Order: sequence, then structure tokens, then C-alpha cells
Amino acid sequence: MSAETMSIFSPALASRFDALVLKYPVKRSALIPMLLYAQDEVGYLSDAVMDEIAERLSITPLDVRNVATYYSMLRFKPVGKYNVQVCTNISCMLRGAYDLFEHLQDKLGIGHKGVTADGVFSLEEVECIGVCCWAPAIQVNYDFHDDLTNDKVDAVLDTYRAKAKEGVS
Amino acid sequence: MPRLVSHPDEVKIVTKRFGMGAAEIDRYVELGGYESAKRALAEGPEWIINEMKASGLRGRGGAGFPTGLKWSFVPKVSAKPKYVLVNGDESEPGTCKDHLIFLHDPHSVIEGTIIAGLAIGAKTGFIYLRGEYRYLIEIVEKAVADAYAKGYLGANIFGSETEFQVIVQTGAGAYEVGEESALMESLEGKRGVPRIKPPFPAVVGLYGGPTVINNAETIASVPHILAMGGPAYAAVGSERNGGTRLFGISGHVNNPGIYELPMGYNLKKMIYEVGGGIRGGRTLKAVVPGGSSTPVLLPHEIETLGMDFDQVGKAGSMLGSGGVVVIDDQTCIVEFALRTISFYAHESCGWCIPCREGTDWLKKSLTRFHAGFGTMKDIDNIQYLAENMMGRTFCPLGDAAAMPTIGFVKKFRKEFEDHLDGKPCPYAKHLEVALV
Repeated sequence: MSAETMSIFSPALASRFDALVLKYPVKRSALIPMLLYAQDEVGYLSDAVMDEIAERLSITPLDVRNVATYYSMLRFKPVGKYNVQVCTNISCMLRGAYDLFEHLQDKLGIGHKGVTADGVFSLEEVECIGVCCWAPAIQVNYDFHDDLTNDKVDAVLDTYRAKAKEGVS
Repeated sequence: MPRLVSHPDEVKIVTKRFGMGAAEIDRYVELGGYESAKRALAEGPEWIINEMKASGLRGRGGAGFPTGLKWSFVPKVSAKPKYVLVNGDESEPGTCKDHLIFLHDPHSVIEGTIIAGLAIGAKTGFIYLRGEYRYLIEIVEKAVADAYAKGYLGANIFGSETEFQVIVQTGAGAYEVGEESALMESLEGKRGVPRIKPPFPAVVGLYGGPTVINNAETIASVPHILAMGGPAYAAVGSERNGGTRLFGISGHVNNPGIYELPMGYNLKKMIYEVGGGIRGGRTLKAVVPGGSSTPVLLPHEIETLGMDFDQVGKAGSMLGSGGVVVIDDQTCIVEFALRTISFYAHESCGWCIPCREGTDWLKKSLTRFHAGFGTMKDIDNIQYLAENMMGRTFCPLGDAAAMPTIGFVKKFRKEFEDHLDGKPCPYAKHLEVALV
């Protein structure tokens, strides 16, 4: 499938995928990056997304689902514009991650895997994100925020709220 | 942004370019970068492997296998293409050293990959980073593109007849993919479940070809080793443990961070001097010496303990990934054990029953226990269950879950007993009561 034919992805992503499938010794190696990049653009892995990826890789949609369901970053329903992921694993836990997670739940009025009514934020408790020496830490979409306190995390939320108002991503 | 820290006891080899703008290729070259790859190209595989063997470098991912020896296992002649695979799926709780390498010195990983490729006769190397490290993937991808533009990668590296390609790959969230055979499965576009061994990756690996898989820190050490010479690198460390290690000190210390210290450095000193001691004037209760899968050590066990693979092994734990997690006297060990096992229950890929069921049952038992509904018999059951997971799975995840659990029960039995008879946790308050 080329960028010109029917694709549910943006032309930029479609052509990125055209190149990606040629990059590896075996085409299928592009599957996991494709799923992640598609999710970045669409927001989640809809049936249509997985069907098109299956077609691009000449594998079955079932095969795509089988792989996609294995990886914890991949999701099958929409999340907020800013997905707040709180690490509560040991190094973060020792430095107050559960207090931070509770604070965020109160502040956003949602629980684990919840989405705020305005769709701006979603919240998720996640496993170790690899910033143990700067704990406690969160990841908002792909951006890390570390060495946090309740006050600091409030300021972090404010910057995203302001971005959402301005309509920038 | 992760902060850089420093301590006078550090010996900066792998970290020597940190904070110096070496992610830019010109700066990296200015600081002596790519000279080792050029020399390796001129000297040939035998020289490279001999230097690596002399360096005493052992795998920094956690297993501690001698790198030079690993490379020498790859057959010289192979009908299928050979590959180098760099494991940057850094996911062991307590570990964030590769994070800094990719951030500050991505070219050292690329250069190390080229050298590994030259050593084993591979034409392609993959650098696999965990999906959460998106900003680092972008840094590494740019570094790779710059290396291509300079002719350091491609069909004729450094103007020679030798070809070497590097492909950067993203993961999508899976601890298990850090296991080498699961890593290959993931790179082949499949679920990250382990393969049975033998055959070992050096013989049948990625796409069925002979493959060398090394941790990112191991690979980043390689150019430095060739630059200083294997024996000089070995001399920095302790016996049979060459060089330095990027230790990540986290938890209840005053100065957490990544410190590059010689192998064999005393753990007590690491906590009290390098890490600045226990924060808030509290005292040390325990320390997890090498990432969440390594059995806990008590204060009296670290007095004279040198942090290398052999000494920590002799002390009944493991050096692992070098993630030193420091626990103060206000921490509930049952809660800590529960958080640890919850992670492994979440990350077990489900391929082997002892791991899939074992981690889940341990999580259930510890959840009940921490909530005050445990019985004396449960303490023995937890230990029995964990002991029976050991060595009964395809990959080490089962052991990684069982080993720390056994350690917590053995060394903190009284603390478990203090949770009996419906008593609320006397130590901590955090985990929700989730009776499952």
C-alpha cells in the first residue's frame, strides 16, 4: 500500500510506514513501531488501524491483535489528550509515589485508567519508567517529569491545562 | 530532565563525556570518538576479542557473562547473516543507567555496536530501546543518521570495504522483552515471549542467524576499553571484574543518582558517602543491591561487601543491573515485597505456568498478608511457593520474582509475623487493601 491509496493515516505517517516496512531484513519487524506510531497519531489502536497495519505487513488482523495485546503501552480505547502515567514501583514508592498518585486522583477527580470529563487528562498507575534515581516521577504522554512533590505536580498539570486551552499538542 | 551528579570516588570512563554535548557527532569526534572503531577496523576481529577478554568486562545487563568470551562463541562462518543486538530495553526497577548513556553519549553505543559487529563479522546491528524512552530514541536516531552522513555507517564504513548498518528499534512496554530471546522475538514483530535454549543466540538468534546480544552499558564500554587497552581497563576493577560500573543509587538516600565507580567498591561507602547517607536522619533497614530481582541485604551484610559479581553472589544476592535501592527504617518490608511481586505478576508473559501462576499467587498472598489477613502458615507457603518457581521456567523472570521474595521472608520473618491476627500494618500506610 502506498501513501496515495486509501489510508486512514496522515500522508506523513503513511509514507513513514512505506519506508519502515523496507527497513528490516523481515518486513514484520516493523509491526511494533507501526502500532506505536499509529497510536500516537490516532490516539488508540482501533480495528481500522490494526486492519490497515495487517494489510501493510501481509499478516492477518488477528496476528496484529495477538501482538498488540502483549505490550502495555498499546491501548484499544481513547485516553485523555495528556495521559498522566504515575510510576509507583519501588524506587518511586520509597520517595512518595503513592501519595503523589492519591493527590493526582483527588486533583483530577479520576482513578486508575480514568479520563476527565473534558477529555484533557487521563491517569494511569504504571510500572517502572526508568527514572529511578530522580524519583518520584511521572510521564505525561512521552515527557518525563521527575523529582516531584504535590506542589510541583500541580504546576506540571497547569502547564498542560494551559496547552490544552491554547489548542497546541 | 535527569540530573548529573558527581563524587570524588568516581572513575569516569563510560561517563566521561556526559554533560559535554557529545550527542552531537562533531563534539563526540572532537572528544576522541570513533577512533576505537577505526582502530578495530584496522586491527581485525582477533585483536578486538583479545582486548575484550583482557578487559574482564562482564555483561552489565545483570548476568555478568564475560563479553569477550560471548563474542568468541559466534561461529566465524555462517550461512545466515550475523547480527549485533543492543539491549536498551532497560526495565528492571531501580535501573536507569542506560537512560543517561543514550541521553549524553549515544555515539558511544553506536561505536560499540560497530566494534561488536567487526568482532563477530556482522553487517547489521540493532539498538532496541524501550518505548517509554521516546525522547531518547529520537536522540539515538539522530545520532545514527549523523553517523551515516559522515560515512561511519553504511556500505563503506570509514572509507573501507566493510559494511555496517545500524537500525534503531522501539519497544512498546514489556519488561520481559529485556530477556535476550524475548527481545529477539519482539524485534521480529512478535509477542515478547522467551525461546527455549539451546540453541543459544550466538548460534541461532535473530532471524535465525548468529547473534550477539549485549546490554547498552556493555556496548558503550567497548570503545573506551579499546582506547585504554584491555589490561588497563581490567586494572580499574576488582579480581575477575574488570572496569567500572554505572551504579544507580535510589530510594532513601540524600544524593540519589548514577555514579560510575570501580567494580568492587564497598556498598556501605556507596550508600553513606557517595549516596550521602540516609535522608531525614533515619537509619538503614535494608538494601536491594542490583535491581528489584536481587535478594535484599541487611546492614551488617554490607560492611565489607565489594560490589562486584562474585562478592555480591557470595553474599547471597546478585550485582544484577547495578540499581542500588536503599530502604530506611520507616519502610514496611511486607509492602515492599508486595510491590515487588506485583510488578513481576504484571510483567510475567504467561508462557510458563510456574511463573504465571506463581507470581499471581504470591501477589495474592502478600496482598492478603499486608492487609492483616495472613496466617502463620501463609509465611511458609509464600516461601514454599517461591522456592518451587526457581529454575522451572524458560527464562529468568520466574527466578527474578521468586528470589527477592524468598529473601524478604527469610530476613524479615518477624515483620511478616507482626502483620498477623488482623493487625493493621505497623510500618506503613500506602497500599490499598485489595482482597482478591
